This record gives sequence, structure tokens and C-alpha cells, in this order.
Amino acid sequence: MTELRPRIAVITFPGSNDDVDARLALEQLGAEVVPVWHATTELAADLGGIVLPGGFSYGDYLRCGAIARVAPVMGAVRAFAADGGPVLGICNGFQILCEAGLLPGVLRANRQLEFLCADVTVVVESDGTPFTAALTPGEELVIPIKHGEGNWVTDPALHAELVERGQVVLRYAEDVNGSLDRVAGVANEEGNVLGLMPHPEHAVDPLLGPTGGVPLLQGLVAAAHERLAGAGVA
Amino acid sequence: MLIRPKAGILDPQGEAVQASLAALGFAVTSARVGRLVDLEVDADDEAAAHAEVERMCAELLANPLIESFEIVTGPA
Repeated sequence: MTELRPRIAVITFPGSNDDVDARLALEQLGAEVVPVWHATTELAADLGGIVLPGGFSYGDYLRCGAIARVAPVMGAVRAFAADGGPVLGICNGFQILCEAGLLPGVLRANRQLEFLCADVTVVVESDGTPFTAALTPGEELVIPIKHGEGNWVTDPALHAELVERGQVVLRYAEDVNGSLDRVAGVANEEGNVLGLMPHPEHAVDPLLGPTGGVPLLQGLVAAAHERLAGAGVA
Repeated sequence: MLIRPKAGILDPQGEAVQASLAALGFAVTSARVGRLVDLEVDADDEAAAHAEVERMCAELLANPLIESFEIVTGPA
């Protein structure tokens, strides 16, 4: 069998700046990346996954992710997510998915009023998503963060439900930014949409530091592969 | 409209402003920082404009999880 590289879209908004790293990391892990500009309204039918990368879309005007939420491409992203396609939002991508209502909660300014840039340890809390299916709850991953607004919050009742349903997928091992319950990443109820503040795409090459991002992105590539195989494309 | 961090929601910007004002010697014990958005809206009357702006706040201008908003209308 020849090597099949599932196609994954990386969406670039004006102000995205981690799209290239996301592309390089996914290619390194066996995907074919389709760069997509935010003004696109239709996505290719043979896509296996979507990444909303980090950055400062639309200059973080109004609130982080608030303007990107209404970008032309978001209708297609919603449809892909509703169809069960794996969608990964990293940092600003996480903020966009929250503002779009595809993920619960909202990301506020870090409690310490500082932009944080550090390698952090996150604990896998759920293996109920395609991104973490190959991981074991309790496993620790070291992945860098770099954000000013990573302080996730939601109302207490919804938070309890999210924990109960396993939607809190990643927690910081220690409090880093004031995030409620040390939440570093949350998924939707179906598990196919995941947002996280740490940057897995910056943690794939041992030459550059920790490689805790590899299993999460591998999970996306595997899910993309599976989706396309299911559709008879791959 | 005036958009404010909801009561009880951490407002790091307000805390920074309060600390800076205190550092300048002002007796400020609390500061909350929000946003002011001025809009001109075509509408039949003030009530209609108010209703329209309320929808804008709910859909885009404020995030109800962390922000409250207050609408003040008047003729242009």
C-alpha cells in the first residue's frame, strides 16, 4: 500500500502567525496540509481535519477570536464539525472556537496580567477524543504556552457538567494563568472539536525542545485518516 | 453602549488601573475597565433601535459569560 497522507486544512486568518508551524508539524507527522485563507467559503470535500492555528486574528479586536468567529470560512468549519470532522483549535484557534460557540467557555486575560511564554506540563484527563485516544488519562505532556489571554472560565454548573462528561481533556499540572480548574484544553460533547492553549505544533522536534505535542497531532492525523477511509477517499 | 466586565468576574485591566492610580497617590479602591461603543443605527424609533442594538450585543459586541452591557439611545 502506498503511503496515504490525509489532507488537513490549516486556516489562516489575518493575524494568524502559527499557521506555518502547524503546517510543518502536521507534514512531519504524515499529513498533507491544505492552506486555507479565511475568506474562503467552501472547503474541499476530501478534507480529513481542520486546524485553527494560533496568532492574533483581526488584531484581537473586540475580544480575542470575536471577529474571526464571523469570518467567511467559519460556516464551512461549523458544517465540518457538525458532520463529526476533527477540528483542533490552538491558542487563538481555541479562543475562536469558544467565541463561535463550538466550544464551551471563554478565555480571559491571564490572572497575573502578563504574557506568558514557557514550557508547561499538562495532564491528559480524557482519552475520549480522537486527539487523545492513544493516550492514557494521567499521562503528562510537556508543551509550550505563549499567550496573554489563556485564563479559561465558564459558569460553575456548566463546568461541573463538562468534568462529568469528560470534556475537560487537558489540565495544567500546576496553575499557570488562573484558568478555572487548571483547564488547558476542552472538547465539545462529541469530542471531535478540541481547543487548547498550549502549542503542540511547537513541540514536535527534539532539536527544539519538548515533544509533548506529537501524540496530540498524531491523534488528529489518525482521525483524519480514519474519516477519509470511512468516506472511501483514502 | 457600555460593556463592562460582569460583577464578580476578574478584571486584570481594572486591577492594573487601580494599582497605577494608587501608585500616583489617588485614593482609588476599585477600578473596572470596559468598552464604549458608539453606533449610528437607522431605525423607525428609539425602541426599535434599542432592540436592534440589544441583538448586536448578544451576538457580537459582548460575551454574556463575562460581560454585561448597558444601552443608551437617543436621536443622532
